[in-house]
Order: sequence, then C-alpha cells, then structure tokens
Amino acid sequence: MVALAGVLLIAFPGRRDPSIAAFWEFLLEMVWVMPAVLVIMGLFAVWVPREAVNRHLGRGSGASGMLIALAFGTLPTGPLYAAFPLAGGLLEKGASPANVFVFLAAWACVKIPQELVELQFLGWRFTLARFVSTVVVIVAMSFVFQRLLGSREGATDGDV
Amino acid sequence: MNVTAVSINAIAVACLAFSFFKDRAKTGQALRAALKSGIALAPTLLTILVLIGLVLGFVSVETIGRILGEGSGVGGVVTASLLGSVLQIPSLVSFPLGGSLMKAGASATVVAAFITTLTMVGFVTIPVEIRVLGKRFTFLRNGLSLVAAVIIGVLVGLLA
Repeated sequence: MVALAGVLLIAFPGRRDPSIAAFWEFLLEMVWVMPAVLVIMGLFAVWVPREAVNRHLGRGSGASGMLIALAFGTLPTGPLYAAFPLAGGLLEKGASPANVFVFLAAWACVKIPQELVELQFLGWRFTLARFVSTVVVIVAMSFVFQRLLGSREGATDGDV
Repeated sequence: MNVTAVSINAIAVACLAFSFFKDRAKTGQALRAALKSGIALAPTLLTILVLIGLVLGFVSVETIGRILGEGSGVGGVVTASLLGSVLQIPSLVSFPLGGSLMKAGASATVVAAFITTLTMVGFVTIPVEIRVLGKRFTFLRNGLSLVAAVIIGVLVGLLA
C-alpha cells in the first residue's frame, strides 16, 4: 500500500498535496484518541478476564441470557476471530445458538471503547443510530439464525 | 482537538487513576497490554491512513457521492456490503475509514452497512470459523450477518 502510494504520488504530482493533507488530518485525529482507547481496552482486559465471560455466558438462557450475551459481547477483548473459540465453548456448555449469534455480532461491532472512536470520526447521531439499529437487528436476526440452524442441525452436530 | 477527543482522554485518565489506586501491578499489566495491542495495530492503522489519503486525494467527492452517496440506492449498499465482507478490518480501524468515506460524500446508509460487514462478516476468516464452529453455523452466521448489515444500513439512513 505504501509503495503503491509512493508510485501514485510521484506519477500524479497534482494529487500529492490533497492526499498528504488528508493523511495528516486523519493521522492527527487518530493520535488524539487511539492511545486513550487502547488504555481503556487494556484496563478492561486486565479487570474482566476472559474466563469470567465464559463462566457467565455458559449458563444464560432466554431473555436474560441474550442480555448477558449482548453485554459480554461489547466488552473489548480483541478481534472477531478471537471470539470463535469462546463461542465454540459456549455452544458446548449449552448456550443457545441465538445467544451465541448475538454474542459474536456484538463482539464484532458494538464494543464500548471502540464506540468512542466512532464518536470521534462519525459523530454522535451516526453512532447512536448505528448502535440502536445494530442491537435491534442482531437480536431479531438471532431468532432467524436459530430457526434455520435448528431445522436440520439436531442430527448433525450433537453440540447445539 | 475536539470535545469527543477530550472526553475520551478524560475517561481514560480517570479509569487509569482508579485502577492504579486499586492495584498497581494490574494497572502495569493493562498498560503493557495497551502498548502491545497498539504496536500490533500500528501497521494496519498506517495502511488505512495511507488508503484514506489516496482515496480523498485522488477520487473526487462527486465520484464517491455517485457510487456511494444518497442517490446510489441499492447499488451503493450492495457494493459497500460486499466490499466490507471481503475486506477484514478491525472495528477500531473501520471507523476512520468510514468517516473518510462519509466526509467524501458517501451516505450514512452505505457507511453503516460497510462498517457492519467489515467487522461482522469475514470471508477471510471463514476457514478458522468452520474449524471451531462447524460449516453450517459459519455459513448461516455470515450469510445472515450480511443481510443484517443491509437492514442496519437502511435503519441508520432513516435515523441518522
């Protein structure tokens, strides 16, 4: 990417200034918020260990289970693929597929410290609208997911 | 530096002070974790910043507006969702990228769909997901998340 940028900027000198200006502008915005967000994430990781997430989510069921799944998904603990093994463990422990779906979706895109970055770059209206829409849609979708999964699942994997 | 950035830093400092007061060793651990994830994230962040610079420098606001703006309709949302599904970017990085697109004239609907698929749907991580959660779970989850992203996009467009 950097090499490509170099070539493009040399080939099109007229585009150099606007490109570099945009780069600096976003770099500065990033520098203002990123260290703080990383510190908050680090604190979360230390004070809320992963085992606690696992312990609380395994048991939950029904509406309370879904709320817990949503809440734990929003804890800042790494990229989505880091949550796959956790999700697998939850299914094994008997968490419903709908809850695991909500957990993974929340983990992916409604993490609390990350929302602060969204606030910085996209504004509060967008952030709030996306937060509300995402929660509503993923909860609704989780039921569809469970239905579709359940229709043929029973016989294939014994773990759900 | 704007209000959001100031608040984020204030929150970080407050949490840090509280944590330090409670447990020095854990706080040190948290700071090390923050530094580690910062270093791990840095290459991706820089690449995205360069990409933002190039996009804003080379592609005119009119072009982005035409492809991803208010008037782009279904085509814009579908383009953004598919692109977001193929690309795999942590949510922390997807916000500045989404912000830059919005600034360049993309609609809130498109940006929300893009952010959701970027973080929730991962074609690249499908093999890992299959190994841990099974084929059926993985394909259903990614497929339904893609549908969810489009719905979330439309809702955000209406709300924001």
